[in-house]
Amino acid sequence: MPTTARCAESPARDTVGRVIEVSGLTKRYGPKTAVNGLTFTVRPGHVTGFLGPNGAGKSTTLRMILGLNEPTSGTATVAGRPFRDRPRGLRHVGALLDAQDVHGGRTAYAHLSALARGNRIPRTRVDEVLREVGLTEVARRRIGGFSLGMRQRLGIATALLGDPPVLLFDEPINGLDPEGVRWVRGLFRRLAAEGRTVFVSSHLMSEMEHTADHLIVIGRGELIADESLAEFAARGTPQSVTVRTPDAASLTAVLTADGAAVRPDGDRALTVTGLSAARIGELAFQHRIMLHELAPRIASLEEAFMELTADSVEYLAGDAR
Amino acid sequence: MTAPTITARPAVTEPRARFRDLLAAEWTKLWSLRSTYWTLLLSGLAIIGLNVNAAVADHHNWPRYDADIRAIFVPIWAMRDAFTQIAGLMLMLAAGSVGAITITGEYGTGLIRTTFAAVPARRSLVTAKLIDVTVVMLGYGTVVAGASFWASQAILSGRGVGMSIGYPGAFQAVAASAVLAPVCALVGMGIGAIIRHSAATMVVTTAVLLLLPMCFTDHYRWTADIKHALPAMAWERLIDLGYGRFGFTVRRPTTTTEAWIVLALWALGAAAAAITVVHRRDV
Repeated sequence: MPTTARCAESPARDTVGRVIEVSGLTKRYGPKTAVNGLTFTVRPGHVTGFLGPNGAGKSTTLRMILGLNEPTSGTATVAGRPFRDRPRGLRHVGALLDAQDVHGGRTAYAHLSALARGNRIPRTRVDEVLREVGLTEVARRRIGGFSLGMRQRLGIATALLGDPPVLLFDEPINGLDPEGVRWVRGLFRRLAAEGRTVFVSSHLMSEMEHTADHLIVIGRGELIADESLAEFAARGTPQSVTVRTPDAASLTAVLTADGAAVRPDGDRALTVTGLSAARIGELAFQHRIMLHELAPRIASLEEAFMELTADSVEYLAGDAR
Repeated sequence: MTAPTITARPAVTEPRARFRDLLAAEWTKLWSLRSTYWTLLLSGLAIIGLNVNAAVADHHNWPRYDADIRAIFVPIWAMRDAFTQIAGLMLMLAAGSVGAITITGEYGTGLIRTTFAAVPARRSLVTAKLIDVTVVMLGYGTVVAGASFWASQAILSGRGVGMSIGYPGAFQAVAASAVLAPVCALVGMGIGAIIRHSAATMVVTTAVLLLLPMCFTDHYRWTADIKHALPAMAWERLIDLGYGRFGFTVRRPTTTTEAWIVLALWALGAAAAAITVVHRRDV
């Protein structure tokens, strides 16, 4: 694991105060094991993606970090202490677990005011976070009439209320419109750049691709990967190059001679692995073979994710298994 | 992704956690729900109305009452007009529901997770909630019981049979009726914390407060013991100014002190149950 690279990026001072440490974390519900021996560390200054298929144990893990659920064994600490040992939480960890975790009968303002009051956070901060998430106009309306996107914004406002150094978000993109998604990504990056620890869960790789620097991937409650986004991407299918040529036979012979694996791919197209696009172009030029297309194909993160979690998907449609 | 530029952040500075902030927060939560106002207002008016109606009926029927009834009208009938049984049931139901909803409303909506993520000190938070509800319901009980007594006796005084608050036992009866509201609210909160599901909590709270007293008779020692250990019967005992006057009604006599102890134990037991189960369980 490339811990050196990450440590070099983090400020040496003051980082301990923001680290989420999960060690041997296990949660069983009767015979079912939701989380099994998870160990990982989430560091400040990055957006860390927490990925896994539905039912992988992401939410259960986040709840244990927040002390809402008691682990069967193992520990989860924030800044070196179990979160439940703190009398008040908002200044230490801001969390959005589920945007629906509100009472529909209260106004957004009343909801935030009560939370702020319990944590000795001044009322002016409520107005600030409402403005930050763009809910000022509807602050006096009851939450029951809010769309999912508005509730997500309210949940983010709740997380920001205590200006905490550690932030947890469980599937925050759900229900947001494209503008909202763009805003949230920018917000997460900004929070991380401010030196905070930002831990964002998702079951969609495509979300993380644009947001996270580091990934923690779990499946069936167990750790699958804990690495940077680049390393994760490299796990996907080996890079290949799609080549289109009117003279597929000659090109195949040339490339094979140079050590490539060549596979016909439909009409006059070849999928080449083992050679770079540049090298293929050179060889074609040397042998005077005309090319119509030369396209390196980058393995998508989505594919890497699918491959990695294929064995640990909890619910599959039909008989796909 | 490029490595972000990281700003160093100072360590978290936090003001000392104060219990009164939790009291204030829970107070805000209680009064920011319309259901709180409406339940208290409508049930309060209904309870006072039922009691006033009983007094009006006796005022109307007074000329037809014979000497036997007139002899015991003060204090027995006069007090029954101030606190009719149906009004008592309604008070217990309303108070139990208000209490239960303060807990099940959090669990049912999922708000409880937001609440405990903001305040990990669960026992302090639940204690604050218990105190706020107790204060509100004591105020509600005092207004409803005081108004019921004052209005009914004012009406009966038109026939010269109204009691003053100074009548022996009258203040105790008003106080018991006022206290019944917070006791039942706490019972609702305790049951709500154990069950967490709104509908089931309502059924069980109603059963414990209203139905259980009907299941036990005074006929055997053990059934009488159970019956008199229920909040509804403790209240009945404290408003019964003719208690013991008719020997056949009571096989196992109880004192007013015992009745007060019963009310106190239910309140404390329910509060302790709420604090304990909420602290222990996952949310």
